[in-house]
Amino acid sequence: MDLVVAVLFQLIYGIANLALISLGLAIIFGMMRVINLAHGEFLMLGGYTVVVATNAGVNIWFAMLILAPLVVGLIGVIVERLLIRWLYGRMVDTLLATWGLSLLLIGLVTSIFGASTGTTVSPPLGTIRIGDYSASGYELFLIGVTLVLFAAVYATLKLTKLGLVARGTMQNAEMSSALGVSTNRIYMITFGLGAAVSGLAGGLLAPMTGVLPTIGATYIAKAFITVISGGASILAGTAAGSVLLGGVNGIFAFLTGPTFGEVALLVAAIILLRLLPTGITGRFFRKSI
Amino acid sequence: MSFSRRQFVIGSSALALAAPATVGRAQSDAIKFASILDLSGGLDIYGAPMAETTKLAIEDINATGGLLGREVELTMYDAQSTIQFYTQYATQAAAGDRAHTVHAGITSASREAIRPTLSRFQTLYFYNVQYEGGVCDYNNFCTGSTPAQTVAKVVPYAMEKWGKKVYIVAADYNYGQITAQWMQKFVAENGGETLDVEFFPLDVTNFGPTINKIQTAKPDFVISALVGGSHVSFYRQYAAAGMNAEIPIASTTFGVGNEQKLISAEEGNGILASYGYFEGADNPVNTAFLERLKAKLGDDAPVMNELAIRSYEGAMLWAEAVKAAGTPDRGPVIEALRSGLSYDGPSGAVTIDPQTNHCNMNVYIGELQDQEWTIVESYDNQPPADTALVCDLNANPNQSTFLFENGLAAAGID
Amino acid sequence: MGGSTLRNMRPVIVFAVLGLLFMFIAPQVLQLFTIINLTTAIALAVLALSLALVWGFGGILCFGQVAFFGLGAYAYTIGAINFGGSTWAILVAVMVASAFAAILGYFMFFGRVSDVYLGVITLTVTLILFSLIRRTSGPEYKIGNALLGGFNGVTSPPLNLPWDTRAFLFPEQVFYVAMAALILCYVFAGWLVNTHFGRVCVGIRENELRAELLGYDTRLYKLGIFTVGAGIAAVGGVLFCNGVGRITPDVFNLYNAALTIIWVIVGGRGTLIGPIAATFGLFYLTSALGGQSVLNNNLVLGVILIFFVLLVPKGIAPTLVDWVEARRRPKRSARGRRRRNGADRA
Repeated sequence: MDLVVAVLFQLIYGIANLALISLGLAIIFGMMRVINLAHGEFLMLGGYTVVVATNAGVNIWFAMLILAPLVVGLIGVIVERLLIRWLYGRMVDTLLATWGLSLLLIGLVTSIFGASTGTTVSPPLGTIRIGDYSASGYELFLIGVTLVLFAAVYATLKLTKLGLVARGTMQNAEMSSALGVSTNRIYMITFGLGAAVSGLAGGLLAPMTGVLPTIGATYIAKAFITVISGGASILAGTAAGSVLLGGVNGIFAFLTGPTFGEVALLVAAIILLRLLPTGITGRFFRKSI
Repeated sequence: MSFSRRQFVIGSSALALAAPATVGRAQSDAIKFASILDLSGGLDIYGAPMAETTKLAIEDINATGGLLGREVELTMYDAQSTIQFYTQYATQAAAGDRAHTVHAGITSASREAIRPTLSRFQTLYFYNVQYEGGVCDYNNFCTGSTPAQTVAKVVPYAMEKWGKKVYIVAADYNYGQITAQWMQKFVAENGGETLDVEFFPLDVTNFGPTINKIQTAKPDFVISALVGGSHVSFYRQYAAAGMNAEIPIASTTFGVGNEQKLISAEEGNGILASYGYFEGADNPVNTAFLERLKAKLGDDAPVMNELAIRSYEGAMLWAEAVKAAGTPDRGPVIEALRSGLSYDGPSGAVTIDPQTNHCNMNVYIGELQDQEWTIVESYDNQPPADTALVCDLNANPNQSTFLFENGLAAAGID
Repeated sequence: MGGSTLRNMRPVIVFAVLGLLFMFIAPQVLQLFTIINLTTAIALAVLALSLALVWGFGGILCFGQVAFFGLGAYAYTIGAINFGGSTWAILVAVMVASAFAAILGYFMFFGRVSDVYLGVITLTVTLILFSLIRRTSGPEYKIGNALLGGFNGVTSPPLNLPWDTRAFLFPEQVFYVAMAALILCYVFAGWLVNTHFGRVCVGIRENELRAELLGYDTRLYKLGIFTVGAGIAAVGGVLFCNGVGRITPDVFNLYNAALTIIWVIVGGRGTLIGPIAATFGLFYLTSALGGQSVLNNNLVLGVILIFFVLLVPKGIAPTLVDWVEARRRPKRSARGRRRRNGADRA
C-alpha cells in the first residue's frame, strides 16, 4: 500500500515535471506559432539566475519565484524585439533563429560561468514519509506550483482584458489590428510571458537538477514533444500531453527501469500523432485554452 | 578485428608515400605535443581541467629548458564533444602537424575512434583518463586507474563499514556496464550480495522511480557508477528524499567531474569514492603542484581530480621518456616508457607496467565532507590487475585491441 | 520534354564537371590529412543533398534526415562485419534506410500528417533511434557477429575492392570513392527533379490541393521522393562511418538533426548545389573553431546562424543567383523575379 502511494506520488511528480518544463514553450507555440528551440536555454537561464542570486545572499524563495521569471522574462522581451519580431509567419526561420539563439546562450553562459558552476542550492524543504517510503517535500511543492501556475495562466487568458486581446490577436491578427489593438505589443508581451514561465520553471528545477550551460538539451526534446502531442490549446494541450506521456514514462520506468521509460514516451508520442495528427486538443477539448 | 593488421600495413605504406611532403615542412625545431579534448559541449566539465593541467605541464617542461634543448610546442584541439572531430583532429595532428605525441580522449568512444588512426600513422598516443580497463595496444599508454585499482578497493572498504547487501546504479554505456560487472564480481568475492543492478541512460534526470526501488530493496549501501552532468541529479534527489541519512553511497565516478562542488555539503556528506588521486594526497610534489596551480590561475583554479592530474602526469611521463631516449621519435620513446619508467607526480609514484602499457599507481579512498575529499585510506603502488589478466604486450607486442569492448565474459573473465 | 530536361540539367552538369576536376586535382595539391578529413565533409554533403531533395523539392520538412543517414551507417557497419566485405553491405545500407523511410512515410503521408507535425514525427523517430541505440551497450545486443556497442558505437570496417574482400582502400582512395558518390548522387538528384516525377513533386510542394485536384495521388509522390531521399542519405552514412572509422549513436542526436536543416537553409532551399556548398563551408568553420580557444564555438555558430536568418534568409545560392541576375539585366528584374519564383535551380 505504501509502495502504491509512493509510486503514484512519483508518477504525479513526473507528470507535473513534464507540464512545468513544457508550459513556457506551449504559451509561445500556442499563441504565436513560434517553435522556440531556445526554450531549454530559457530554463537554463532561470536556473543560473537562482544560483547566482542565492550565492550573492538573496533568499532562495525570492530568487526562484520572483527573480528567475523576471530576469528571463526580460531576456525574452529583448529577444523578441531584436530577433523574433522580424520573423513572424516564417515558422522554419524562427526555428533556425531560435536554434542559433540557443547556441549563442550556451556559449555566452559557458564563457561567463565556465563549464560547470559550483552551486550549493539544495531543495529547501524536508522529506515527507509515506510509511516505509520517503519522498522529497520539495517535489510535493513543485506539484503544487505547477497547479497554481496553470490556474494563473488560465485566469490571465480568460479573465483579464489583456488575455482577451491576446487571444483575439492570435486568432486573427489583422482583425485585431483593425480594431485598434497593437499586435506588436501583444506579441512582445506574450513572448515575454512565455519566457518568464520558462524562467520560473528553470529556477524551480535548479535545486533538483543543478545547473550546467548544456542542461537545456535534456529538456527541449521532451518539452517539444509534449507540446506538439498536446496540440494547439495551451493549457489543455500541455496538461493532456503531460498526463499521457508522463504517465507512460513513469509506468514504464518503474516496470522496466529507466532504460525504456523514455523510449516508451517517444513511441507513445508517435502513435498519438499518427492517430491524432493535430495533437490531442486538435480532436478533443477544441474550445479550451 | 581481422582487418586491423592489414590496415596497419597499408597505412604504413601510405605514410611512406606521404613522407616527402613533410621534409619541407619540418622548419621548426620544436618537439610537437598535441592535445585533443572536449572543451565545449556536454563533456567540457571533464575536459576543461584536463586542458589546464596539460598547459601547465608543457609550461613546466619549457621552463626547465624544454626537452633535449628543444622547445615543446603544444597544439590543443577542441573536439566539441563530437566523435567525428576526434578522428579528424587525430588525423590532422598525426599526418598534418606530425605531432610527436598525442594526448587525447575522454570517453572510451573517443579513444576507440582515434586509436586506430594514431596506430596507422605511428604516432605515440596517451589516454589519461580513468576507464574500464582492457586496452592492449603497444602504441597506446593508458595512465588512468582501472577497476582492479579502484573498485577492488572501495567495495570491500564500504562493505566492511556498512554491510554486505549492495545496490548498484550505473550509467548505461560501456564504462558503466563493465564497471558494474566488476562491482558484482568484487561484491561476490568479498562475500556480499548484489540486490539489483540498474543502468541509466546518460540524459536521465529524474531518479524518483529508482529511489522508490532502493527503498523497497533496503540495501546496506548503494554503489554508483553514474556519469555526467545529468546524473548529478541522482545525488540531489536521493538526499531530497532523505535517503542519504539512511542508506549511504559509495562511488567510482562521483567527483571525477568535480561533482562534489555541484551538490551541497549536506547532500554530499559521507559519500565514499576511490581514485588514483585526491587533492589531499600527502606528498611534497603535490603541495608544490597545487601552489603553482593556485599562483597561475588564482581563484579560477579548478579542483584537481584524477583526470586533471593524469593529464599532467601523462605529459610528464612522456617528457621523462623523451629525455631517457635522447630523441622524441616514437620507437625509442616507447622503449624508454616500457623499460618501467617511473615519475613522481602529485599522486605519488606512477610507474609504467610494460605488460599492459598501463600504470602502477597509488590508490586512495576519500570521504566527502563539506564538499572536500578527506583521504581515509591509501594503497601504494597498485597494479592494473584487470587488464593484466588478458593482455601481455611483452609476449606479443603487435597488439592494438580493446579487449573489454564486448564485456568481461567475452574477454574470458567470469 | 526531353529537350527541356537537358536544358535544365545544364547547371547540374557544369557543377558535376567542376566536382570531377576537384576530385582529380585536390589530392595533388592538398595535404594528405586534408584529403582524409574531406571524406567526412563529403559524406555530410551527401546528407545535405538528400534533405535538399526531400525538403527543398518535395516540400517535406524532414527534421530527422539524420535517421536515414545513421541507419545507413549502422546497417553498413553491421553488414560489413558479418559479410566480411563492404560491397553487399553498401547495398544493404541503402535498402534498410529506404525500407525504413517507406514504412515511416506510409505511416505519415497516408495518415495525412503534414507541415510541422511531419517535422516533429521525423524528429521523434530520430530521437527514438538515438535513445534505443544508446541503450544497447550490454553484451546481449548483437546482430550476427556485430555488437551494437551502445553509447560507444561500433568500429566500421573500411571499404574494400568489390572483388577482393581483403583489399582495403587507403584513406585517400576512399576520398575518390566519396567524391564520385557525391557527384553521382548530385547528378541523379538533378535529373530526378527535372523528370515528370520531380515536377509533380514540386507542384505538390507549391499547392498540394491543386495537384490532387489534377488527379495526382500526392501521397504516392511524397512517399517516393521521401524514400529516394533516404537512400541517398544512407549513401552519405556509409561514407561517413568510413571517414570517421566508427559509428556512434550521436549521429541521431538533436544537434545533428538541426545541423542538417541548417546546411539546407544556409545553402538555400530549392537548390541542390547550395546545401552542398554550405555543408563544406560550415564543416570547415566548425573544424577551424576547434583549433582555437579564444571564442566559445557555440557562441560563434549561434551568431552565424542568427545572421543568416535575419540577413540572408533565402540562403547563399539563391541570393547569389539573384544578385548576378540583377546585375546582368537590371532593367528586366521583373522577369528575373518571375523566374526566380517559378523554376528551381540546380
